[in-house]
Amino acid sequence: MQELKATMAGSVWKITVNKGDVVKEGQDVVILESMKMEIPIPAEQDGAIKEIKVSEGDFVNEGDVIAVIEG
Amino acid sequence: MIKKILIANRGEIAARVIRTCKQLGITTVAVYSEADQKAPYVNMADEKHLLGGPRVQESYLNIDKIISIARKTNVDAIHPGYGFLSESSIFVEKCEEASITFIGPPKKAIEQMGSKIKARNLMQQAGVPVIPGTEEAINNIDEAINIAQSIGYPIMLKASHGGGGIGMQVVQNEQDLVKSFESNAKRAQAFFGNGAMFMEKKIENARHIEIQLLADHFGNVIHLFERDCSIQRRNQKVIEEAPCPCLSQETRTKMGEAAITAAKSLGYTNAGTVEFLVDEKENFYFLEMNTRIQVEHPITEEITGIDIVEKQIEIADRKVLTIKQEDLNISGYAMEARIYAEDPKTFLPSPGHIHTFSIPKEDYIRHELGVTENYDVTPFYDPMIGKLIVKGESRELVVNRLKEALLHYKVEGIKTNIPMLLKTLDHEAFRKGNITTTFVENQLNK
Repeated sequence: MQELKATMAGSVWKITVNKGDVVKEGQDVVILESMKMEIPIPAEQDGAIKEIKVSEGDFVNEGDVIAVIEG
Repeated sequence: MIKKILIANRGEIAARVIRTCKQLGITTVAVYSEADQKAPYVNMADEKHLLGGPRVQESYLNIDKIISIARKTNVDAIHPGYGFLSESSIFVEKCEEASITFIGPPKKAIEQMGSKIKARNLMQQAGVPVIPGTEEAINNIDEAINIAQSIGYPIMLKASHGGGGIGMQVVQNEQDLVKSFESNAKRAQAFFGNGAMFMEKKIENARHIEIQLLADHFGNVIHLFERDCSIQRRNQKVIEEAPCPCLSQETRTKMGEAAITAAKSLGYTNAGTVEFLVDEKENFYFLEMNTRIQVEHPITEEITGIDIVEKQIEIADRKVLTIKQEDLNISGYAMEARIYAEDPKTFLPSPGHIHTFSIPKEDYIRHELGVTENYDVTPFYDPMIGKLIVKGESRELVVNRLKEALLHYKVEGIKTNIPMLLKTLDHEAFRKGNITTTFVENQLNK
């Protein structure tokens, strides 16, 4: 099980997966918006999305858990 | 008579406008979001008012709130700065309804130049050269493929209502186009509320050169020469200089005249900038018109001795522009480096806490600052934290002075692009003035 964390502070712009989806390493899970830029947060391993901990529009700080991936 | 101004903006540009207002004896009202409570500009103004939460929709784009504060504080005029509401025709309309002077061009000019497709067509009609491209919005990918074939690759795919490089992409071939058309249209829809796309032929080895204009309400239009803004990353400017190091006097004159023609054809007033792409043979093509003050305006002020914000206020106050074109001369050289809170290699943003901040001071250095020591750079706004402007008698002197100044520009706690700026200043091609808009991606990082 892996916790996917925000690499920087920002707002959640788009969630590109659904709970239960199977993702590959490198596939975008969430796109943050920080300082007017889109920051994709990709999965760091293959696995299934067990939980998405944020909603679109939420503000996250660096290090906050965005999703849990079960590999 | 304008005696009190609300500045509907934040950061360095708000501070910049307040400074000129003070010199003119004009009372100022600052507005700020919860994230900007400690921003330096807020306490520079005579009055300050909270707009709301940190997000732009709750604060700097909240038209109703800004107008209500403007009414409550009894201001005569609103200065919109750049970005945010500066190019919103709806905002201009709301100002008019409240009998508050909008310091900027008429609503119609903003609307016409806000749509890049419309702007292209209008400029073509006025006799200003445009880049070969589409005359109408492209509806779907099939249409895009057909049009691309007739223009010929490589192509620039652009959002008609775009800005800041968003929704814009170079397309090398049909495969690229298929991949990027939908995603850019979606992005444009999300960012600008309008997903209309168009295409232009990509001008290879082009420089970005723009002409600063001033136009009053009595038909007087002058240009304050050019700025070369070819050093860009992610289609956003990083270093700007004035004058351009390589433009012939003949082309300079022609571009100035074309920009004036553009402004006159629109019935334009106030400060504005016509951006051009210039190829190796000095053919120039209209890119867009920015109907507001620009980030890089200080370098023009440094080479002409004109305070552009002062002129904006005077023009809005319906004063006659007394400076004549023939009175204007370029004096020396000026260069601006934008200091961004970002990784110098990946250009990814770097919000965070600035614990140490110290800047060089010399009589040839000008600072425009949005931050201070012990300050949180938040992720809600643009990453630009300041501008460093240097002037001198020659380009070589200015490059050396800028380098020296950057070596003494200390920002600790966040990452900045200063290493990238220094690398640029040391690059042989840059030193020679031999640069195009692809310098950063093709030459600097190789």
